[in-house]
Amino acid sequence: MAALPTTLNANGNSVIDCHISELHYGKFKALRDVSLSIKPNTITAFIGPSGCGKSTALRCLNRMNDFVRGFRFKGHVFFRGQDIYGGRVDPVAVRRHIGMVFQQPNPFAMTIFRNVAFGLRLNRYKGAVEERVERALRSAALWDEVKDKLHSSALALSGGQQQRLCIARAVATEPAVLLMDEPCSALDPIATHRIEELMQELKTKYTIAIVTHNLQQAKRVADQTAFLYVDTSAGGRTGYMVEYGDTEQIFENPQASETQQYIRGEFS
Amino acid sequence: MAATVNKTPVEPEVDLPQLQRSLRQPRLLFSYFMSLMTGTATVVAMFPLFSVLYLLIKRGGASLSAAALTELPPAAMMTGGGFGNAIVGTIIIVLLATLIAVPIGILAAIYTAEFGPETEFTRWVQFSAKILTGLPSILAGVFAFATVVLVTGGFSAPAGAVALALLMLPTVLLTAEDAIKRVPTRMREAAIGMGATPTQVVTKVVLPTAVPGILTGVMLAIARAAGETAPLLFTSLFSDFWISRTNPVVLPKGVGDLMKPTASLAVLIYNFSSSPFDNQIALAWSAALVLVLMVLLVNLAGQRLAKRYSR
Repeated sequence: MAALPTTLNANGNSVIDCHISELHYGKFKALRDVSLSIKPNTITAFIGPSGCGKSTALRCLNRMNDFVRGFRFKGHVFFRGQDIYGGRVDPVAVRRHIGMVFQQPNPFAMTIFRNVAFGLRLNRYKGAVEERVERALRSAALWDEVKDKLHSSALALSGGQQQRLCIARAVATEPAVLLMDEPCSALDPIATHRIEELMQELKTKYTIAIVTHNLQQAKRVADQTAFLYVDTSAGGRTGYMVEYGDTEQIFENPQASETQQYIRGEFS
Repeated sequence: MAATVNKTPVEPEVDLPQLQRSLRQPRLLFSYFMSLMTGTATVVAMFPLFSVLYLLIKRGGASLSAAALTELPPAAMMTGGGFGNAIVGTIIIVLLATLIAVPIGILAAIYTAEFGPETEFTRWVQFSAKILTGLPSILAGVFAFATVVLVTGGFSAPAGAVALALLMLPTVLLTAEDAIKRVPTRMREAAIGMGATPTQVVTKVVLPTAVPGILTGVMLAIARAAGETAPLLFTSLFSDFWISRTNPVVLPKGVGDLMKPTASLAVLIYNFSSSPFDNQIALAWSAALVLVLMVLLVNLAGQRLAKRYSR
């Protein structure tokens, strides 16, 4: 049977301390027993088969699930000591500190400049917008490619460029945490490589959590890895966390048999 | 599967003669026949449009002059004259109708598409909007007659505007709703993920992205409303005079002036085209040409605007 989820000892300085005891969409129980604590300036990867709820778990961390009909959540997500599911918390404020990059590149139908400046304008940022936009584009390794066409449409960029633009847009407001939901799944290997390099650079300033279905990617970029699996014993498809630990340990010396089988590619 | 694929190239020579086109093949004959049919149908469909345009330009253009655009309608047996007051009236009535229908239509569309989809109330709104698109225009006139003319005590430009707005509203609402729904979910998610409030998502991402589609609907509605005659017969009636700049009785100056029967191109065309006098008939043709040009102008402006926004 399933091994008990192992948790790292939260030693007080983690950015996110999360425990999802139960998560429902209507009558459908999507997730149970996910606990992790994410330390600053690390990359945490969520791996697991399709439908195991890795994206759902990630989206819990900045309350993106609030818009899904019938969403119910039992547990807590502490962001720097405050429960973001607490009664008096404004989810909008949460998302301004915990940014997100999505699976499909999703630039707005506006110019490159206005895409990056979008978050700043939401916050009524009064400082030097141009400077912040340039800095964001540089930190997303996109500046040199777009500096001459800042005021042309973002939709004309290639897929990889669009995804880096989305990263620039997310870091322009300098959030504490960056959530990335399969950011490379729509990209070719070269663009993927660039994003992976970029994540290593971004790690020095931000804390990153990434969902990926590419085990090699998790192995390459992540410091910690959480393995989620699907429990079909109760008739439904409920995801749960099997194992969580340092990436090296998860890949070289997995404790649970599910993890061992998954890492070896015995089921997908 | 693979086995059959491998077998086919064994005897290719046998199939070669059949690669040639032959008129005896029923499939080919049918293809030619259908090409002819669809081509003919296209010509037939375009014929009325071009013949109307041709007639309008030929007969309407002949008596089009500066006087026709600026002078008042001539009485029976008179020569000269024009339809300046009808141009002004049409612009005012359609503008008022747009001011009523567009804000209501777009705001309602934002609700039905963005904030209240899949509620029972939304389904009813959508259903009644679809019914309203098929509303006979004369009924819109009767409605405005009962609610505005009888209440305010006379035919007026706003009464006509209400009737036209009633015809414009469902078009604006349904096209705007469609345009808003076609904004990709991932763009909304991007905005939400950046910490945009629901209001900011709508005003900064959804509406700007939907503007070209919304404008198309508004243009369609304006084009339809500008040519409507029946609803105006009950509401704005007609006037042989300019909208007076005096005579505010109860209402403030400027608004009071509009509370009188108001001329419009559509009604002028309707009146003069059945007139026995050549001068009036000629003016009806010119007025029709001017009306078509005005609608065309609004449409071109709308397209320019939509293009500017979609960049």
